[in-house]
Amino acid sequence: MITFLIRRVIQAVTVLLAVSLITFGVFFLVPKMSGSDPAALFAGKLTNPEALNGIRIKLGLNHPILQQYWDYIGGFFHARHFDDGPDKTLCNWPCFGYSFKTDLPVSHLIADRFPVTLSLAIGAPIIWLTVGVTVGRISALRPRSLSDRVSMTLALAAVSLPVYFTAAVLRLFVVYNWHWLDDITYVGFTHNPWLWAKNLILPWISLATLYAASYARFTRASMLEVLGEDYIRTARAKGLPERTVINRHAMRPVATLIVTLFGMDVGALMGGAILTESVFGLPGLGKLGYDAIAQHDLTIIMGVTILATFFIVVANIVVDMLYAVIDPRVRIS
Amino acid sequence: MSNRRSKAAFAATSVVLAIAVAACGSSSSKGGSTAPTSSGVAPTTANGGTGNVAAAFNAGTKGVVNASTKTGGTLNYLATADFDSLDPARTYYAYSIDFQRYFSRTLMAYDAKPGVAGTKAVPDLATGPGQVSNGGKTITYTLKDGIKFQDGTPITSKDVKYGIERDFAQDVLPGGPTYNMDMLDEGQKYPGPYKDKDPNHLGLKSVQTPDDKTIVFNLASPYSDWDYIMTLPTAAPVEAKVDLDPATGGAKYASHVVSSGPYMIQSYQPNKSLVLVKNPNWDQSTDTIRHQLVDKVTVTMGLDSDDMDKRLLSGQGDIEIESTGVQSTAQTSILRDPKLKANADAPLTGFTRFFALNQNVPELSNVDCRKAIEYAANKVDLQTARGGPIGGGDIATTVAPPTLPGYQSFNDYPSGADNTGDLAQAKAELAKCGQPNGFHTNIATTNKGKGPKVATALQAALARVGIKADIQQFDSSNYYSTTIGTPSNVKSKDLGIQVVGWGADFPTGYGYFSAIADGRKILQAGGNSNWAEVNDPAINAALDDMTQTTDQSKKDADVQTIDKALMAGAYYLPFTYDKALTYRNPRLTNVYVTGAAGMYDFVSIGTDDGK
Repeated sequence: MITFLIRRVIQAVTVLLAVSLITFGVFFLVPKMSGSDPAALFAGKLTNPEALNGIRIKLGLNHPILQQYWDYIGGFFHARHFDDGPDKTLCNWPCFGYSFKTDLPVSHLIADRFPVTLSLAIGAPIIWLTVGVTVGRISALRPRSLSDRVSMTLALAAVSLPVYFTAAVLRLFVVYNWHWLDDITYVGFTHNPWLWAKNLILPWISLATLYAASYARFTRASMLEVLGEDYIRTARAKGLPERTVINRHAMRPVATLIVTLFGMDVGALMGGAILTESVFGLPGLGKLGYDAIAQHDLTIIMGVTILATFFIVVANIVVDMLYAVIDPRVRIS
Repeated sequence: MSNRRSKAAFAATSVVLAIAVAACGSSSSKGGSTAPTSSGVAPTTANGGTGNVAAAFNAGTKGVVNASTKTGGTLNYLATADFDSLDPARTYYAYSIDFQRYFSRTLMAYDAKPGVAGTKAVPDLATGPGQVSNGGKTITYTLKDGIKFQDGTPITSKDVKYGIERDFAQDVLPGGPTYNMDMLDEGQKYPGPYKDKDPNHLGLKSVQTPDDKTIVFNLASPYSDWDYIMTLPTAAPVEAKVDLDPATGGAKYASHVVSSGPYMIQSYQPNKSLVLVKNPNWDQSTDTIRHQLVDKVTVTMGLDSDDMDKRLLSGQGDIEIESTGVQSTAQTSILRDPKLKANADAPLTGFTRFFALNQNVPELSNVDCRKAIEYAANKVDLQTARGGPIGGGDIATTVAPPTLPGYQSFNDYPSGADNTGDLAQAKAELAKCGQPNGFHTNIATTNKGKGPKVATALQAALARVGIKADIQQFDSSNYYSTTIGTPSNVKSKDLGIQVVGWGADFPTGYGYFSAIADGRKILQAGGNSNWAEVNDPAINAALDDMTQTTDQSKKDADVQTIDKALMAGAYYLPFTYDKALTYRNPRLTNVYVTGAAGMYDFVSIGTDDGK
């Protein structure tokens, strides 16, 4: 177990480094190669050659690209200093750098936005897991019945609809036409748990629709496959009650597969649900990244990308460990 | 495993969609929803009129809507994105500069009056307009008594000088207008206050502060518009002790702005929200422009544009602060519903949209070839590409917009009775310039917003007379600074026709024309705004005259000289005077469009329901 963990951690760090290198290259090297100047992106409307040079020095853009990358990565392990005008500014680790536009530490921005994304990543998965697996299970137990066909058709429709469409339509009807809810703004859980949940219902449902549908279809498919196995037939032949056959024997293999999927999906969601957050104006990590792309704020884009990768990598490790717990046939070796 | 693949595909698609949505969505892009109609050659009159008017469509452009002295309530502004900066030295967006009136007072400021009356610079922190001496090269201001920052510290001339010096620290504080640096350095190479060796960080030699109430500017040559330069937030006073403190100053000052106006910043969360509350240390008796009507001002940022329009129309918000106009869905709702339409205005924003016809590109070096382009353009199509008569603007025939003092209407290149172009005349000009079968050139445009649509419209129009124009799209982030802003780049990439738009930084003829028509200001290293590379001695002389004379009728005559010369030389092809369809919440008081900004004067607005 320990060796497994150590090996996976090393693997995770390698992946993170690779992603950071690629992201850095995309945002700092490619503009250079295509002729545009990151300093110009920072400078805004006017360009004064002396000003541009000063900006380049301040942001370290005049150093060789590998030096810049090294400084950036170093920020995750030790504090960095930035020349900020009146004095040098200290950026404590993990230093994700300073936002080009607002000159605020990216780590503060990330910490500020994270609770919103976390809220989305808590509520929506609960909904889609319960709804999706239940619907899929019921469908699998009554294959080709009317309820099966109806729910699978609905699931196909839900899976096909992009989340920004579902979100906009839900908002149009629920908020503006039927007035069941007020305008959506984010209220912190610690401020008012009731309002927190009330405002997040629509975003949760919008997100969950997509995943619930695919989980339903997936659960149905794997369950049907498992129900056709010999050992299920044996269990039934032995006279076990149907409920025990389904819950204890059929669901186990399905559960392992669902856990894998679920872990990956939640991990990805922690990096920010760009489309949902944008449509509802929720100030989460996804919106932070989206705004940063529009404003060409490269340090924020890098920070959000690396953080998202971190969550996915961690989710990967957790899922693999859980897999071994649920399915004793898998040995961690 | 198939699910991993489909998930990877989903993730990739989401990212691509996100980037695509980001790339093509912007609050200023609108579809042309109304049927194309020619609004005739004569443009509407500039936003004008004083006095109080009843609420009706475009009432805000004619006078003050719902005039009232009622106090109380909270104003709720809506925005899709954050300000470019709250730091007065770093902001350049028109709406952001308008918003600065809440908390950054300046020596001179625009009068709080509608239309043309609002383009007048009146004393704000100063007791009177600048006193001119030394042949127009020395300008002296005296500060009023009783003016204070929000912390109670009196505002002195040294604070004004310090604020002006910050404009020189472009490496730390880029983004704002650089007039202070351009006009006050005079060879000193002043490095900005952070690297200033003077113990008080007041080492800029051209500005003197003989005592706390007096400030003297020594210019290299006379400049009669100096009062206008002093209205920009770059001339707002800044407390040196706040700006030199590493925790609150320099690049961080944007989050710690100290107010000199009736409101001060209570909280600011970048890209999320801004809240202003009353500044207890602002004294009404020192301020003839502003009042403290509302208790609180909030700005909610990061909204989806259509959601923002819905909130506005349903009364959940008061004003869309970016003032670029509503999206096409809301535009349709407003124009169809008389109740909504009575609360809407379509002001001229002060921007003219035009094409630059660069004379240094070989195929456009002959003026007759450029004239052919002027005649062949289909102005109705171009207007539609911008959003139609209300969402886009009026058809333009001059470079100067109707909002500019000195503007007069004329049309050197009539585009036919229906404004779709005079093809016969265009072909005649082509014959004159020796290209009877047309020629090839390129149209440069940004890759977002309405630029590509406008370029496509011109391409189609020119093809009718055999001019083959290829469209070259460029990233908007450095379009103005490098792509069309570097003459050598324009020449090497053969960017003969360039999609541009221009609004004056301040509403005077010189403020409008100097950057785009002065032959001595063709910046070779980048950031050039004289896109057509005009160098006409008559234009240069008129520009010089405008800075020397204080006679308004002479300045107006100079505007005409320049505009007529630009059109006679076919250097620019104007097609719309920009408009934006904006909406005001009916509970708001004192709403009017100011000629200075081409949008509502935010600082005057109150509420009549006290909420």
